[in-house]
Amino acid sequence: MIKFFLMVNKQGQTRLSKYYEHVEINKRTLLETEVIKSCLSRSSEQCSFIEFKDFKLIYRQYAALFIVVGVNDTENEMAIYEFIHNFVEVLDEYFSRVVSLMIMFNLDKVHIILDEMVLNGCIVETNRARILAPLLILDKMSES
Amino acid sequence: MPAVSKGDGMRGLAVFISDIRNCKSKEAEIKRINKELANIRSKFKGDKALDGYSKKKYVCKLLFIFLLGHDIDFGHMEAVNLLSSNKYTEKQIGYLFISVLVNSNSELIRLINNAIKNDLASRNPTFMCLALHCIANVGSREMGEAFAADIPRILVAGDSMDSVKQSAALCLLRLYKASPDLVPMGEWTARVVHLLNDQHMGVVTAAVSLITCLCKKNPDDFKTCISLAVSRLSRIVSSASTDLQDYTYYFVPAPWLSVKLLRLLQCYPPPEDAAVKGRLVECLETVLNKAQEPPKSKKVQHSNAKNAILFETISLIIHYDSEPNLLVRACNQLGQFLQHRETNLRYLALESMCTLASSEFSHEAVKTHIDTVINALKTERDVSVRQRAADLLYAMCDRSNAKQIVSEMLRYLETADYAIREEIVLKVAILAEKYAVDYSWYVDTILNLIRIAGDYVSEEVWYRVLQIVTNRDDVQGYAAKTVFEALQAPACHENMVKVGGYILGEFGNLIAGDPRSSPPVQFSLLHSKFHLCSVATRALLLSTYIKFINLFPETKATIQGVLRAGSQLRNADVELQQRAVEYLTLSSVASTDVLATVLEEMPPFPERESSILAKLKRKKGPGAGSALDDSRRDPSSNDINGGAHGTGSAGHYSFLTSTCTFLQSTPSPSADLLGLRAAPPPAAPPATSGAGNLLVDVFSDGPAAIASLFVCKNNGVLFENQLLQIGVKSEFRQNLGRMYLFYGNKTSVQFQNFSPTTKRVAAQVDGGAQVQQVLNIECLRDFLTPPLLSVRFRYGGAPQSLTLKLPVTINKFFQPTEMAAQDFFQRWKQLSLPQQEAQKIFKANHPMDAEVTKAKLLGFGSALLDNVDPNPENFVGAGIIQTKALQVGCLLRLEPNAQAQMYRLTLRTSKEPVSRHLCELLAQQF
Repeated sequence: MIKFFLMVNKQGQTRLSKYYEHVEINKRTLLETEVIKSCLSRSSEQCSFIEFKDFKLIYRQYAALFIVVGVNDTENEMAIYEFIHNFVEVLDEYFSRVVSLMIMFNLDKVHIILDEMVLNGCIVETNRARILAPLLILDKMSES
Repeated sequence: MPAVSKGDGMRGLAVFISDIRNCKSKEAEIKRINKELANIRSKFKGDKALDGYSKKKYVCKLLFIFLLGHDIDFGHMEAVNLLSSNKYTEKQIGYLFISVLVNSNSELIRLINNAIKNDLASRNPTFMCLALHCIANVGSREMGEAFAADIPRILVAGDSMDSVKQSAALCLLRLYKASPDLVPMGEWTARVVHLLNDQHMGVVTAAVSLITCLCKKNPDDFKTCISLAVSRLSRIVSSASTDLQDYTYYFVPAPWLSVKLLRLLQCYPPPEDAAVKGRLVECLETVLNKAQEPPKSKKVQHSNAKNAILFETISLIIHYDSEPNLLVRACNQLGQFLQHRETNLRYLALESMCTLASSEFSHEAVKTHIDTVINALKTERDVSVRQRAADLLYAMCDRSNAKQIVSEMLRYLETADYAIREEIVLKVAILAEKYAVDYSWYVDTILNLIRIAGDYVSEEVWYRVLQIVTNRDDVQGYAAKTVFEALQAPACHENMVKVGGYILGEFGNLIAGDPRSSPPVQFSLLHSKFHLCSVATRALLLSTYIKFINLFPETKATIQGVLRAGSQLRNADVELQQRAVEYLTLSSVASTDVLATVLEEMPPFPERESSILAKLKRKKGPGAGSALDDSRRDPSSNDINGGAHGTGSAGHYSFLTSTCTFLQSTPSPSADLLGLRAAPPPAAPPATSGAGNLLVDVFSDGPAAIASLFVCKNNGVLFENQLLQIGVKSEFRQNLGRMYLFYGNKTSVQFQNFSPTTKRVAAQVDGGAQVQQVLNIECLRDFLTPPLLSVRFRYGGAPQSLTLKLPVTINKFFQPTEMAAQDFFQRWKQLSLPQQEAQKIFKANHPMDAEVTKAKLLGFGSALLDNVDPNPENFVGAGIIQTKALQVGCLLRLEPNAQAQMYRLTLRTSKEPVSRHLCELLAQQF
């Protein structure tokens, strides 16, 4: 199961966090700091999986942005690793070339996209067109 | 900045976000946020009703502030209001806020539930999805109660939209995880399984997660999912990548769904139906074949997705552990990955191979990769990959390659990362013990460990080597010689001094014949380290010295000189001081015979689970020791301690060791230092009477009556007559106990041939003197009768003998357990079989004082639970009786009736005789 999904920049600022298990807010900040610290300290030669406390971190770096997913041992590491990329491609398609600035300004949209893809810690949808369908309806409605 | 915000850009929000981004410092950011919070608060409180758009905008700002890591304590109500809006965007922000910020016990739940109910009934799929997402995200019990019945219906309804089905499946999963009792299995279960056949891949993806969770708890109800999953998988794996709607990712058909289906199949054993099985094996082979085909795309995404499926396939093959052909193919595939340039693949291959190593079919195949793995251990740049390599080496180790693996791991240890050194040390220690063919190799390995990574060698490791050396007499001489040599290094680790001190103290005589290691040389070698060591090590060395006096009488004068030195006799550390004083006195007072008895070689240690293995399991969680537990692979493995047997005591308690210290209770300046705190003071010797009377005295004393005094206390006088007084002091922890018996001679004449139990404590007890005996007690299983102590001695020529019950009753091994009222009653109900309960109604023999009763119950060993029984007069207690073989949970309730001067005592435990016995023991106390 996916425990949390984080987008953190190199300065350690959380850009998006989604928890699939309840974590106290003050503990979240602490956890996020530790998570980004352990990702930043790694080089590109090292593997993308980190054993962290009682779960595993799977991360990918896109320019200055890290996407980190915490999972328990029932997930396939490679599948999650590639799932992160799928998520980024969906963002890319929707925002036509995503930059980290856009994520900040469209936090609600990013949340919708993530909610379409992951529900309850499980991967629920991976088809790009279907993920974006509700958002496109939304945009159409507000344009009209 | 207009371009960045898409859709219905909320201008105010964009401005606010730009402001935050432009803040130069944390302080400025906080200031800006506080300003905004004040603004929003005033807007929400203002008289003017806000329109939906403004509400949405402010709620959105609050959400953003929350995501920046600030706590939000208002705005919930406005968010709830947004739920009833007809505009999708407003509703959506409202749900988003609630999913992120509302925790499950909020007071607003009822309002939220209401909105959800409306949306679920709306038949508008987008609204229904929002509501279902919200239930899944919050997932509180109250929400579960409100909707648990509706969701299965929505899930299997023929007319639900695909996206609604998807949301409903995962919503149900959440509710089932949070409160399974709310989601009863029913006729919908069969239809859920059929969702695996759904046309829509997204629905299947969601349904597989739900089914995987449900089938773990009710495997039989969901058995039909096996064949459905296999056929779905087979259609995905074999189909051309075009006809899979848009679920193909870089030419890989539905990778995530395939992974999930393979995971689901791992919940079950291999399919029984031959056709299904054949189809599945075909799938697995196809996946393995595809891995060998040239890639359809050069993109890394393509190979990543493909490999995700491949690893999951291998997991399933390992899980089935029944197809030798597939297992070997899997192993070869992983072998290729071991040399792949992608670190991720090397990591996963090592991890996967680790489980493959424990299968009897593929163990040999895994072993062929030993050189690659050793190379990985040496050259990988990533510590987590190196750690996986070490794990794999540990898993693939057997008798044939143990020497190579152990020596490689030892070499690695010299440069290993600090974080994993202790684990490597434990692994090396376990492998060396497990696969030792000759014990000299084992001893060498452990000493090497101490030499290379002394700081990481935990107590368990060096205790273990001592146990093994003590239990195997064929290695003792070699061990003595080796430690002697190791200690000659100019700087050696303190753990080496400990091991060396202990071994030379026990077996130094075996190498004393060689003039290079003559007794004085041994002593001065050890003593040269003494001053550099910690207190614990020095204490150990002092014991070695006194053992030397026994082994090598020629060193006595030198050692006595050392003990006598002010730095020892007046050492600031109590333990060292006591040892120095006691050992010095012992060496000068005791005859050679006594000395030889007291300082006898240690008896073999009882066999039990290797403490190192236990430690490794603790470190790594369950399953870590699997390579070792797996005895089926190596049935002939003879444990290093195979020869040594446990205490094998026929009774239910065993006396592990019986050591004694001779104590002089005549007034002397050092008497207080001897730890004689609880010893009963020697009474003035009475006039001696005839021996015949004495025996009558002993038995008329009613040992049972005395024994019952000790049920609730641990210290006191066990026995007393004109000749002898036996005091007892005991302590218990879990299933172990230690009891000090003090035999005081009350006469002025010496007792001869004094022998309590089976072990001689001391040949004589001088008039007025006291002898102490220490009993180590281990409770192996529950018992009803206490152990007996028989004491025989000669007093003035007449033989005396007496038999006493030792004050060891089952309740001594009580561990108090605290629990809340709810837990107590739940457990009470679980123990409702008639034979699990014992009850007694009896008259009070003592005044009924609540405080005294409380003290007695605590002394009995159980925890006293307050606020459990509705009647405050009653007492309720709980605890666990710890024995080596099993643990017995006990609950008790004592109801005093002051008017009638009666008590009712009820005991419930998981074992019938224990209930009755405890009830009887405790009833005597009031």
